[in-house]
Amino acid sequence: MLSFVYTIVRREIVLATRRRGDWLTAQFFFVIVASLFPLGIGAEPETLRAIGPGVVWVAALLAALLSLDRLFADDHRDGALEQLMLAPYPHALLAFGKALAHWIVSGLPLIVIAPVLGLQFDLPPAALLALVASLALGTPVLSLLGSIGAALTLGLRGGGVLLALLILPFYVPVLIFGTGAIGGVLAGTGAEANLSLLGALLALTLLLAPWACAQALNVSLE
Amino acid sequence: MPSASRAESVPVLVAAGLACERGERRLFEDLDFELSAGEALLVVGGNGHGKTSLLRILSGLSLPAAGEVRWRGAPIRAVREDYGRALAWLGHADGIKADLTPLENLRFAAALRGRALDDAAAHRALDRVALARCAELPARVLSFGQRRRVALAALTLADARLWILDEPLAGLDAQGVDMVQALLDAHLAGGGLAVVTTHQRLALGACVPRTLRVGAC
Repeated sequence: MLSFVYTIVRREIVLATRRRGDWLTAQFFFVIVASLFPLGIGAEPETLRAIGPGVVWVAALLAALLSLDRLFADDHRDGALEQLMLAPYPHALLAFGKALAHWIVSGLPLIVIAPVLGLQFDLPPAALLALVASLALGTPVLSLLGSIGAALTLGLRGGGVLLALLILPFYVPVLIFGTGAIGGVLAGTGAEANLSLLGALLALTLLLAPWACAQALNVSLE
Repeated sequence: MPSASRAESVPVLVAAGLACERGERRLFEDLDFELSAGEALLVVGGNGHGKTSLLRILSGLSLPAAGEVRWRGAPIRAVREDYGRALAWLGHADGIKADLTPLENLRFAAALRGRALDDAAAHRALDRVALARCAELPARVLSFGQRRRVALAALTLADARLWILDEPLAGLDAQGVDMVQALLDAHLAGGGLAVVTTHQRLALGACVPRTLRVGAC
């Protein structure tokens, strides 16, 4: 069981290293979008601190979305998804492995880059820590929820746009709690409450998303 | 010569009353067959008559509109993981990743079935499909027929009882066609089962494949 998940993750990482261009696009997108705001708004520390958490989080949402539409589409096109679906393991494990791999490939780098981007918004160290913590809890939720959307829009024409329309509303709670954690630190009320809610969200999606994604895959391959 | 293991002629794969619908159209209905160890089923029919749809139903990728497929007496939905271990599928798209080398493709294909694959066995399999020289090239630079051969090598390594092959001869040269026939012969002689669609003539040695015509109902 675990070896199956491990194989899926390893396979995705090997494939990502073979297509470094695609992988870097999402990361650069994140950096550039988040960097354009201080340039466009001007160097007013008060304003920057106020918009910083929101901007970094929205950029992270969009960056996650950018790589999601290819989560299953590539394997669908070359027939590898059929082989994956016929493998003698539960489909939910396949869905979980795919989401985990997506998080490792596109979520983890965001967490590493985010503090540097936070500096552009004049965020104090405590807020940077909250930013990293909220991203660490929130980006797996983005990958897990996104995998459901990617499975549902598989093989549809214009799937990428549809995926964004379908999945962005479900990202709203993550966005609210994520930015709320950093806002809490800036306002002096602490990040614990929001981080706990993010943790709860992560636990819930970990439990339900792989199963829902597996059902969606079955429907899409029908 | 009749198939070697007459003693074990209980049907292993059974299709009972299968029907398939695509959109509003009913492609086929009341389709029955039984397949025992060492037997092959050749599915024939015109384009768009539902050959691939039948194969997808047999593999469990799609659900039939009616009827069911049984493996060793149990519906395949109920024994999906056992069935997955027993089944090797080669579809229209061969499932070969263009960014990986044939060797890596074989390794991952084996790992996804929960099997370890040592290098010697992988090289032997590639040698058998005459691709030994391409083992370390990215599959992207291989031709369609060569990628098809990689998929066939994966098939021989899958250690599966049942082969479901959709147009296995497509894109292969004359030598490749002979190779597929030899692989099928060896598979059937070892007590395996095969369900195959093809538009070409398939000359199997010992076993005369049964023919099933689908569509136009």
